[in-house]
Amino acid sequence: MNVLRFTTAGSVDDGKSTLIGRLLYDSKSVFIDQLDAVAASSKRRGTELDLSLLTDGLKDEREQGITIDVAYRYFATPKRNFILADTPGHVQYTRNMVTGASTADAALILIDARHGVVEQTRRHSFIAGLLGLRAVVVCVNKMDLVDYREPAFTKVCEDFEALRKAAGLPEVHFVPLSALVGDNVVDASGRMPWYQGPTLLSLLEDLEPIEPAAASDFRFPVQLVIRPRTSEHHDFRGYAGRVAGGRIALGDFITVWPEGIEAVVNGIYLGSQKLQTASYGQSVVITLDRDVNVARTSVLSAGSQPKREASLKARLCWLDSKSHQPGLRYEFRAPGGQGQAMIAEVAKVLNLDTLEYELGDGSLGTNQIAEVVLRCAQAPTTEAYSDQRIMGGFVLVDPVRGATVAAGMIQ
Amino acid sequence: MKEQPSFLDELEAEAIFVIREAYAQFERPTILFSGGKDSIVVSHLAQKAFAPAGIPFALVHVDTGHNFAETLEFRDRYVKQIGAELIVGSVQDSINRGTAQEEQGPLGNRNRIQSVTLLETIDRERIDCLMGGGRRDEEKARAKERFFSHRDAFGQWDPKNQRPELWNLFNGAKQPGEHFRVFPISNWTEMNVWHYIRQEGIELPSLYFAAPRQVIWRNGSWLPVSDFISLRAGEVPITKTIRFRTLGDITITGGIESDADTLDSVIAEVETLRQTERGNREDDKRSESSMEERKKQGYF
Ligand SMILES: Nc1nc2c(ncn2[C@@H]2O[C@H](COP(=O)(O)OP(=O)(O)OP(=O)(O)O)[C@@H](O)[C@H]2O)c(=O)[nH]1
Ligand SMILES: [Mg+2]
Repeated sequence: MNVLRFTTAGSVDDGKSTLIGRLLYDSKSVFIDQLDAVAASSKRRGTELDLSLLTDGLKDEREQGITIDVAYRYFATPKRNFILADTPGHVQYTRNMVTGASTADAALILIDARHGVVEQTRRHSFIAGLLGLRAVVVCVNKMDLVDYREPAFTKVCEDFEALRKAAGLPEVHFVPLSALVGDNVVDASGRMPWYQGPTLLSLLEDLEPIEPAAASDFRFPVQLVIRPRTSEHHDFRGYAGRVAGGRIALGDFITVWPEGIEAVVNGIYLGSQKLQTASYGQSVVITLDRDVNVARTSVLSAGSQPKREASLKARLCWLDSKSHQPGLRYEFRAPGGQGQAMIAEVAKVLNLDTLEYELGDGSLGTNQIAEVVLRCAQAPTTEAYSDQRIMGGFVLVDPVRGATVAAGMIQ
Repeated sequence: MKEQPSFLDELEAEAIFVIREAYAQFERPTILFSGGKDSIVVSHLAQKAFAPAGIPFALVHVDTGHNFAETLEFRDRYVKQIGAELIVGSVQDSINRGTAQEEQGPLGNRNRIQSVTLLETIDRERIDCLMGGGRRDEEKARAKERFFSHRDAFGQWDPKNQRPELWNLFNGAKQPGEHFRVFPISNWTEMNVWHYIRQEGIELPSLYFAAPRQVIWRNGSWLPVSDFISLRAGEVPITKTIRFRTLGDITITGGIESDADTLDSVIAEVETLRQTERGNREDDKRSESSMEERKKQGYF
């Protein structure tokens, strides 16, 4: 992969923004005028150079000294490009953390070496697991405040293991560091001779999280139909979308859903360019050899059959400040379907103290994570989220306010 | 056919996806066209997203009345060439009507009151979506913005209360009178934009390339001499070889000294620059949160 998208996670004040600032600063990715502005703001606030101001760009964030919404930053080393999302730790803004994590390949989970794993560490780790982030780096931060001693680090690593299992996190790396001082972020630290592992940046340069959808069977949710209606392209009917799984080539058979009708791909276009194939992640226009009923949310597939069920088991992260009550209706939105839906059953809700799913009372409050059964008015075309992130993710929208109230992952 | 798509290909695919979503979800989606490189790139991507059909968006230009002559020529030529409708909102008209008031004082300019004209144009043309070339790497408040960014009936952005945006599921639901700003190239950097312009052979106004120009030194950058600025005491116009990194209102867009007069030399230069591209824009220097404040009031 020549680009790695990663997100920060962890409790409020554990040092996420400072770490991102440090990463940008030490990798020489900060422009002079940005640095001048940060230096001036730091001075006005009576502190030394405060690197968290590189991402905490909103007025309220600077006044309150916390992150409120995700900031996206970009940098590159000779090895690869990075798109990073610095997310808030405060529980009130969990929805923004979910936003930042949903498009990431990897997560940096920060833990204050003095406090260890706390409730927000658990919540964020579960969200990272639910969202299927393939790689996690646990950054044990503020090592300067525990005299750079190894036992403090080892203790956090051991405590995290139970959480890792419960949250279903795969590959996990641990780095002891100080975002404030700069130990083991970009430059190796001389203050922790007991740690022989890589610095955070070199770890990030080498992570190769695997996206299973890239190698899965072909899936192509249609965004819209292209009909030029010009004399030159009189009969042209193309289907525009972004490949959500696998790849397709000219001459391949596909099936159009929901109809279940077969057709052959006879054209693949990117702008005016004709392509032979289209792979995972590409935005193209596809034409078929026969007239089939295709519209927005139709799905073209090859290989195995996609899931076509109106009743779906899913994990849900409730994002809205208004809670869910039994009987309320929502609009279901996914690449392969859009329409009315209701939560038929809240089977279990996650207890962050015990790390177990337990019986709930049927309602869902802000930031709760639950296993639910969803009933859709029309069966959408989907996949299990663990196999295909794009085909398996959905949101619920409040039909009156238009607010995005929940993020869902199909099981 | 390349097997491994490049980073630029990935950014392009993402932008095309976003542009198509805007078309699918809104009734009157448009492109905010400033004549600058970013809005030209968005227009190019929009053409690519719908080929072989034509570009289905009108281009909206907010005309401050203080333009580089070339920006207007380029704009008119460009809309003809791509076959798009052009909608112009005139700041002068807003001033004449009394809905906008010219800023007074030596630092006064028309940057802030553009928002008034923009919102009036949105109302008049019943626009419910404006796509723009805003990028998150431009400015710290922009770094916080969603791809689909909600605006209330007063055109205001509420940065403390943005909708969650999951995966590539963009939620364009809105109440009557509200609209969205959509940013297809959110994840691009200035460098990515330049590499893409070269890869695609996109034509740009010559203001981006170095040439001898009449300028004065004001607020730490070379400001072009035009009918719209009055010289202050001690300011002497001289001829300098400069180019512009961004294009905006001519009274506040400073240039940089440069010999880069070809695309390759501009790219080589941008690679070595240590200042952000908005560093030469007076509108951003006013206070620590000037961009955020303007965005809250409906600015792009
Ligand atoms: N001593 C020490 N202090 C640190 C370190 N990293 C961060 N801090 C301090 O911890 C405080 C919080 O840092 P932030 O970076 O704003 O924390 P955050 O995790 O981004 O907080 P939220 O975004 O609000 O969740 C600041 O005062 C930092 O200076 C570290 O390595 N050592
Ligand atoms: Mg922070």
